Amino acid sequence: MELSTFFQQLTNALSLGSLYALIAIGYTMVYGILRLINFAHGDVFMLGAYFAFYAVTALAMPWWVAFVVALALTAAFGMGLERVAYRPLRDSPKISVMISAIGASFLIENVGIVLFGGRPKSFPSIPLFDTVVHFGSVSMLSVSLFIPVITAVVLGALLWIVHGTKTGLAMRAVSTDLDAARLMAIDVNKTISLTFGIGSLLAGVGGIMWTMKYPQLNPLMGVMPGLKCFIAAVIGGIGNIQGAVLGGFLLGMIEIMIVAFLPELTGYRDAFAFVLLIVVLLVKPAGLLGKNQTVKV
Amino acid sequence: MKRNTILTIAGLVVLVAAVGLADSILGRFTVRILNLSAIYIILALSLNLLNGFTGLFSLGHAGFMAVGAYVSAILTMTPAQKEMNFFLEPIVPILARIQLPFPIALIVAGLCAALAAVLIGVPALRLRDDYLAIATLGFAEIIRVIITNIQSVTNGAQGLKAIPKYSTTWVVWTVAAIAVVFMLALVRSSYGRTMKAVRDDEIAAEAMGIDVFKVKSTSFVISSFMAGVGGALLGHLISTIDPKMFTLMLTFNILLIVVLGGNGSITGSVLGAIIVTVLMEALRFLDMPMNLVFFKTNGLPGLRMVIFSILLMIVVLYRQRGLMGNKEFSWDGVLGIFRRKNSTRNGGRP
Repeated sequence: MELSTFFQQLTNALSLGSLYALIAIGYTMVYGILRLINFAHGDVFMLGAYFAFYAVTALAMPWWVAFVVALALTAAFGMGLERVAYRPLRDSPKISVMISAIGASFLIENVGIVLFGGRPKSFPSIPLFDTVVHFGSVSMLSVSLFIPVITAVVLGALLWIVHGTKTGLAMRAVSTDLDAARLMAIDVNKTISLTFGIGSLLAGVGGIMWTMKYPQLNPLMGVMPGLKCFIAAVIGGIGNIQGAVLGGFLLGMIEIMIVAFLPELTGYRDAFAFVLLIVVLLVKPAGLLGKNQTVKV
Repeated sequence: MKRNTILTIAGLVVLVAAVGLADSILGRFTVRILNLSAIYIILALSLNLLNGFTGLFSLGHAGFMAVGAYVSAILTMTPAQKEMNFFLEPIVPILARIQLPFPIALIVAGLCAALAAVLIGVPALRLRDDYLAIATLGFAEIIRVIITNIQSVTNGAQGLKAIPKYSTTWVVWTVAAIAVVFMLALVRSSYGRTMKAVRDDEIAAEAMGIDVFKVKSTSFVISSFMAGVGGALLGHLISTIDPKMFTLMLTFNILLIVVLGGNGSITGSVLGAIIVTVLMEALRFLDMPMNLVFFKTNGLPGLRMVIFSILLMIVVLYRQRGLMGNKEFSWDGVLGIFRRKNSTRNGGRP
């Protein structure tokens, strides 16, 4: 393989990995705080993309206003989802919560099909993201450069919130022990709501950038990225933000590189993530950066 | 004879007569829906064995159904039919010649699904609740990707067409009846009780000397066998299968039946299967173009599934027990309802 092709694939892997990382953070934060797989997270990602699409096309907003509006809506939607589908079941058996999550996911997807139509829509071109950039013989869309940068900025802000503010302290406290946190006068409901909000916001950022890079929207576009990013979160060690980022990049890298170097395996591309998941669960169940937890009787 | 035995025998006679007469009295469309319900009964029971009785949350059902459906379809098709199907890439020579009678193919289909379950269960069953769910979902997805890619065995994304229609009313309802009787016997046996013990408290069960891993894997393998048989029957009923059929969507439908009927109730699964299957067909008009008095819609595909998702959410949020809770049908229970009504009419006196 030529060096230029390799760099081409490397940038692809880097931007795909960034997107995976952004979505995986949402899973990991929610799981860390509620021990719940938010199956609907991939659909929140899809909604983020659609909100931006309608803001740009139907409401004819300038793209940057549209993106801000779409992100606000996505975050609000995530908080609403928690309020409706998860909060009433907080003390229920885990199976019920999981069924509720799956139900919510199917509901959003099908409402999406009814409202947005099943046919794929294409995002209008935004010159800033759509220009082709050349580096020697490597050429790429400018959005592929923006994605890792935006991811880094968002990630920095997130780490500051979680480790540098009182709100972040409350989040960490609730994730360590929900009841003890309540005794320390932390507003648990508000903290959980906020966690969902932040997670959904990141999914929204991911969704919008995803459609910049792969400019097609359909109501089921969130299913596969959703599953893969959950896997990325598990690989990195669920509940751990740095782990989710590591897992996301690892998964993006493996997917792109295997297809690049072993083209005959292209048909199996969607299975890589699941194989990787099973290997990691068997070898290191807590994930790469996770801590082993023992069950107390 | 005891009253209940007589009632049971009478009920069975009515049921057999109904199945016997169904083909001649009801239209083909209605019969097809009834047969689909029977298949969903088998599938719901198999998922309920995991979800309701062993407490394992598995999302991999569609994968085992796919294995069963493909194995049975390939084993029963004639060499000529196979040649017609595999026009892009010829089928593997051994498979091209082989043709088995339907009952044997059905059992082999179940066994292959069970074998897949053994291979998958050994690693996956070491995981707990949500990890298990995602791992089984992952395995189902891997099975689907493999089926799409081994063109010379499964015909890849084109799927198989003109599968012999062996799933007649008698066949599917007999298999469903066997499944119900088997489940009743299993749940009441000592195996069934160990499964419930594992469901209620894994650590306590282990402390009582139950081999938790063995119980879980037995339940997983049995459930997959049933899923394989159900998948095979489904293939022989609708006579075409392709990998896109066996997605999470299919597992979702079965999960809906189990939750609606009541997690851990055999009666619930049977009722749930019939209700959901009939509703699925009855609500099909929602996806079609509608002409309401004030406005016209040109068909909203997906609206039907919206209603089913809302139904599932409502059950989980407001009535987690589903229709039956974990109770079973009994004549005493049914007669008890009538007696209670009478007694209230008599001012509370029995």
